[in-house]
Amino acid sequence: MNRESFIKGIRDGIPIGLGYFAVSFSFGMLAAAGGLSVGQATLLSLLNLTSAGQVAGLNLIMAGSSYVEMALTQLTINLRYCLMSFSISQKLERDIPQFHRYIVAFGITDEIFGVTASRRGRVSPWYSYGAMSMAIPGWTAGTMLGAVSGSLLPGFITSALGIALYGMFLAVIIPPAKKNRAVLGVVVGSMAMSTLFQAVPLLQRVSTGFMIIIVTVAAAGTAAFFCPVATDENL
Amino acid sequence: MNHNIYLYILVMAGVTYLIRMLPLALMKKEITNPFFLSFLYYVPYACLAAMTFPAILFSTSCVASAAAGMGAALAAAYKEKSLVTVAVCACAAVFAAERVIGLL
Repeated sequence: MNRESFIKGIRDGIPIGLGYFAVSFSFGMLAAAGGLSVGQATLLSLLNLTSAGQVAGLNLIMAGSSYVEMALTQLTINLRYCLMSFSISQKLERDIPQFHRYIVAFGITDEIFGVTASRRGRVSPWYSYGAMSMAIPGWTAGTMLGAVSGSLLPGFITSALGIALYGMFLAVIIPPAKKNRAVLGVVVGSMAMSTLFQAVPLLQRVSTGFMIIIVTVAAAGTAAFFCPVATDENL
Repeated sequence: MNHNIYLYILVMAGVTYLIRMLPLALMKKEITNPFFLSFLYYVPYACLAAMTFPAILFSTSCVASAAAGMGAALAAAYKEKSLVTVAVCACAAVFAAERVIGLL
């Protein structure tokens, strides 16, 4: 065990865990409102550890979608972790036992990846474990408390909290859209397409999960074709 | 509902873990295909944007308060505030807007 790396990971993981707690509280409320039990909502967060994928998954559960649709939706929405996982594989210390890779992989989220990628040089798996030890309990406990208290809170509070996750999504996509015109195009194009799916009678029949897949592949594919990014921007 | 919620959760968790684990565990070579790299780079923005709008407008008790919350979130995100700050601004704006709407 690398004690120093573990403590650094904990330190960087504290703000992540606090942020996760707030956001997953909102997810727990959504899940409870959608008919999941407290245990199911908590298990969902513990095993998945991802905001966008869980919100989409919850919509599919509520819609009674097929398992194939669920798997494809998760694959598409969480495809970004594939890239992050690859990046981390280049970043981890050499010659560590293979089992570390299986555990580090579980903790690849946007934020943990963010702090890991921003460290200089090779990273010990214990750094990841430190960050995970803050982030995972924050995410899971927030969901549980949200699911428990969602039904107890007065309506005006749940109404206000209902927007929290979407606010967080905007916080992720707006700053890069400001600096990069291609990202701006992707964001505006995706929003326009999903609005069409919501508004056009024939397109309304397409389920939420496939709508997200279609819009994501169309927007990201178009942008990748016309505005390929330099390799070092990715990793 | 004919489907089992636990099975849904397992499908989600299994797919998500495999996506995270396979490159880290298996890939030793670098991805070089520029189209694929670019596609992966744009994926999070495309899918988060598609999930956010127009769904955000129906995330509160009325469209007007949701629009106020979205405006506040856009402004805070534009100023590059942290994830939590943006989320709190959105909630506060919804709360305030619903109080004002209640007075009308």
